[in-house]
Amino acid sequence: MPVEYIPRTRELYRAYAPYRWVVNTDTPPWTPLRKPIAKSKLALIGSGGILYRDQPRFHREDATYRLIPKNATQADLDIWHFGYKTDDARRDHNCVFPLARLRELEAEGVIGEFADPAYSFMGGIYSARKVREELAPRIADELKSAHVDALLLVPA
Amino acid sequence: MCHQSVGLIARVVEAAGIPTLCMTSALDITRAVNPPRAVFLNFPLGHQTGKPNQPDLQRQILRDALRAFETIERPGTIVELPYVWDENDRTWEATDYTDGFLPERPAKVDADKAEADRRARFSESS
Repeated sequence: MPVEYIPRTRELYRAYAPYRWVVNTDTPPWTPLRKPIAKSKLALIGSGGILYRDQPRFHREDATYRLIPKNATQADLDIWHFGYKTDDARRDHNCVFPLARLRELEAEGVIGEFADPAYSFMGGIYSARKVREELAPRIADELKSAHVDALLLVPA
Repeated sequence: MCHQSVGLIARVVEAAGIPTLCMTSALDITRAVNPPRAVFLNFPLGHQTGKPNQPDLQRQILRDALRAFETIERPGTIVELPYVWDENDRTWEATDYTDGFLPERPAKVDADKAEADRRARFSESS
């Protein structure tokens, strides 16, 4: 059975007022894929708090993002995040930020082009308004100017 | 929280004209935020694209996710991927994200030092 994380969060943070999760009951926005993934420029964004080399770390309620070169190696990457166990991602970032795997899938032709750079932020942002109104529009603008065809999002 | 943030970004990006697919391991949070397309992998948090140092598994999960990206036709669909974390041990489901799950936060002074060391290390080498 899938774990129910909303009640678990309430329990784990029981010292605080219950968090009001976003509940969207509308039909979500929709843009059809214009071409198969094998012909598409696919971008990656991960919320696991991945940092590249000497990039400044994130902080609580941080609605900024970092650009991660797609050829970055394990040694180039660090993590700043308070909301998940980072041990495995520190050993192999591909658990939550699959740069190496997407490069391989690009080489195999499964993906037309793996967009460079990839995007990273720290997803533990309590303010949904900040995500919707500050972070998300900036990401959308970046993706549009990079002529990205499709976006893969990976939480952590 | 990551799952909510990712879903919110997906909705904004999709509305801006770029199709999106979210990975998720927190089905209830993703259902609530309701992104355009998602695939659910029933793994502990922190492993949304697989187990560490298992490139074949990670690649297969991503291939399946990208196939779902192409085949989902109804907005709000969440496709469940058929992977099991450990066939012989499901105890993680009882303990994931419960008391003691999150590592203790390092003291600010230690975190600041780690940050300064990392930045110094890379600025010297670049």
